[in-house]
Amino acid sequence: MGSAPRNPIWHEPAGNDPARCESLEHLFRRESGRMIAALTRVFGVHNLALAEDVVQDALCRALEVWKHRGMPENPSAWLMTTAKNRAIDVLRRERRARAFAPELERLLESEWTFTPTIEEALGPHAIRDDELRMMFSCVNPRLGEESQVALILHILCGFSVKEIANAFLTSAAAIEKRIARGKQVLSGSKRLFELHENADFQARLSAIQRALYLLFNEGYHGSCAEQLIRVELCREAMRLAAVLTAHPLAAIPATRALLALMCLHAARLSTRVNESGSLSLLGDQDRSQWNTELIAQGQQLLELAATGEELSEYHVEAAIAWCHVTAPSARDTDWYQIVSLYDTLLAIRPSPVIALNRAIAVAQHEGPARGLAALRGIDDRGRLATYPFYPIALGELELQCGRRAAAREHFAVALPLARNPVEQEFIEQRIRACDNQAEPRSGG
Amino acid sequence: MSEFLYVYRGGNRAGLSPEQMQQVMQKWVTWMQGLAEKGHLKDRGHPLEAGGKLVNGRSKNVTDGPYAEKDLVGGYSLIEARDLAQATELSKGCPILERDGSVEVRPIMQM
Repeated sequence: MGSAPRNPIWHEPAGNDPARCESLEHLFRRESGRMIAALTRVFGVHNLALAEDVVQDALCRALEVWKHRGMPENPSAWLMTTAKNRAIDVLRRERRARAFAPELERLLESEWTFTPTIEEALGPHAIRDDELRMMFSCVNPRLGEESQVALILHILCGFSVKEIANAFLTSAAAIEKRIARGKQVLSGSKRLFELHENADFQARLSAIQRALYLLFNEGYHGSCAEQLIRVELCREAMRLAAVLTAHPLAAIPATRALLALMCLHAARLSTRVNESGSLSLLGDQDRSQWNTELIAQGQQLLELAATGEELSEYHVEAAIAWCHVTAPSARDTDWYQIVSLYDTLLAIRPSPVIALNRAIAVAQHEGPARGLAALRGIDDRGRLATYPFYPIALGELELQCGRRAAAREHFAVALPLARNPVEQEFIEQRIRACDNQAEPRSGG
Repeated sequence: MSEFLYVYRGGNRAGLSPEQMQQVMQKWVTWMQGLAEKGHLKDRGHPLEAGGKLVNGRSKNVTDGPYAEKDLVGGYSLIEARDLAQATELSKGCPILERDGSVEVRPIMQM
């Protein structure tokens, strides 16, 4: 990363037709999700596995043909046409033996309506809605948040079980189980979630926002050591959030605020790991490397989100991120404003991790002693027992107070909690700093 | 310059995610482009369907494919090279080798 040419992790400027400005990067992954969603609408959700097979087949054909003949002019259309032809074969062969989508069943029975129905169902407009409907279907309330996220990654983002397991530092068996359970619940409903005039719409929309937020966070703060995987998780979360904001029903202020917060965080993503591959905290990041395009997009979205009555947690988090990315330095950051935004956020969503971040902001604003007091006063800090950044924060502030021995003890507590080599290396470096000479640093 | 046929066999793609499939595809596109730019690619050739028929011997006995995956011919290309040694050397860049496949390099008989 570093000074390499800027590769915006999100290619779809707000307001434009996403299909036009997408790059070929991650084409298979993106189209896989879209095609599965579209085919599932034609086949019925109970035939999800069949839709997945047809898509797999289309991708294999693309792989074989393109590697010899080169990529076609419009690869997305090529893939969709291939999947469509295969779907037509399957429907013709099996329409007597199998039930397909109930709302299309009669149209698929007659030769007069068969082809036009499929052309319509797999046309570009329908696909955009299908992708959204699949997203709503994945956040079924009968599934836990972890399963919802895994299902979204698998079906809509084309992540294999192994890729998800890598990203979440979980065993493939555990992910396999989550996805199998998710698919079972999905298949239980005959059709994809209906967007219009649906009483569950708001609740499901909130669940999607939450799932995309978790997906983004897993990329941004998560435990996986590989920067590349983390960037991909963030990118996918942003892509799907952009699909939400592009749809009139889903583009409510909280959705825009969510995408704003992703843009504003993602602007800093490439500087979170420095050239030597170690973790770089906010105060040490090279601000000239922050992505100004994403900052501008985030700001624009945040302005668009400032309507309506609801102040969502995403609004507040986006505002905090905005304070950070627009500050000239860690020292010249409006820490008072940030502390009060954290207070608002805690009122909306009490969480020890948010309280931890608030305490770090307090330390910046009122000094390390007040920060330490705030850290020790976190109500449910027991829940941070396995989170390395709690003892790291304690250690940093002790170090800033000049108490090296106490700081060292906290870092020693943090060390076995490190979730990957990058975090471990970071903590070891802090321990060395205690042993040599105190070099105070700012938090983040 | 002489002509050579590359026959691609095998190349395990089981369990590939869409992202990995795209990566494999892009490696091929890059490799083929490299051959074309240096004037070695006479004909890109074609991929072959996995299925097919085998017609055998005097009895014209017809059997179905498929064959064992590692023996399955997946496609072919026509290459121009100085000699067999160069054609062989050029084939070493083929992405199929990374996935346990093989390239058979056969000189085309000159008339």
